[in-house]
Amino acid sequence: MKFAIPGTEIAVRNGLADTISALRVLNLSGEDYGTIELVLAEVMNNIVEHAYADSPDGVIELTIQPKERGLYCTFNDNGHPMPDGTVPLGNLSSLNCEVDDLPEGGFGWFLIRDLARDLEYKRKCGKNILTFRIAIELPNLPVS
Amino acid sequence: MQLETTTRNDALIITAVMPRIDAAIAIQFKDEMRDACDGGPARVVLDLADVDFIDSSGLGAIVATMKLLAPDQKLELATLSDNVDKVFRLTRMDSVFAIHSTTDAAFTNIIHAS
Repeated sequence: MKFAIPGTEIAVRNGLADTISALRVLNLSGEDYGTIELVLAEVMNNIVEHAYADSPDGVIELTIQPKERGLYCTFNDNGHPMPDGTVPLGNLSSLNCEVDDLPEGGFGWFLIRDLARDLEYKRKCGKNILTFRIAIELPNLPVS
Repeated sequence: MQLETTTRNDALIITAVMPRIDAAIAIQFKDEMRDACDGGPARVVLDLADVDFIDSSGLGAIVATMKLLAPDQKLELATLSDNVDKVFRLTRMDSVFAIHSTTDAAFTNIIHAS
């Protein structure tokens, strides 16, 4: 399955709806669809916010391959590279603090790293390529 | 996006009448929440029954709302769907907010907040 989603927040919202809709053929649980939508949303929000920070015409390409061990996802974009050429660690800040000091961000990469497996990032020919697997059992897939 | 407000037992109940709190509306949500809470009672309960999806930007907007409240005000949450509850649990934000199973429960249960 391939999707091309314009790099804006509203387009991401519509793109997520289209993607989840296309994945309905897999007949997964509501919880699984929730996890998938959350991971894809966090990755796309990061691309819009950082990679395409000053490129309103950017396009996010998403490929999803359902296999026995889960959904293999590949994201391509032509935006800025990741800072330091690597995926942010996404550690949670301490919540043991005053209300005024609570973190309002930094949850995105934590959630991606928590919910996705085999996360890999490459920069190739001016493109960001992010691959990962969402570990969801798909026992009913035809064996290829 | 729409926030509906009512009062009950000197508390302000805000119902988020929207299917998602995501990056596309996070800033607007925070601004409207601040306006809804401004000058209100000490206790504010945000009912999220209609919300099926929240991302990290939406979560950040709810945290930001709490930080914008007057010093004597406190934000509590009610009726989290499974997807919304999961985001609060994974990020451990469930330890920061008093979370009630329903708005009714917010007025009958002992509040468990850490």
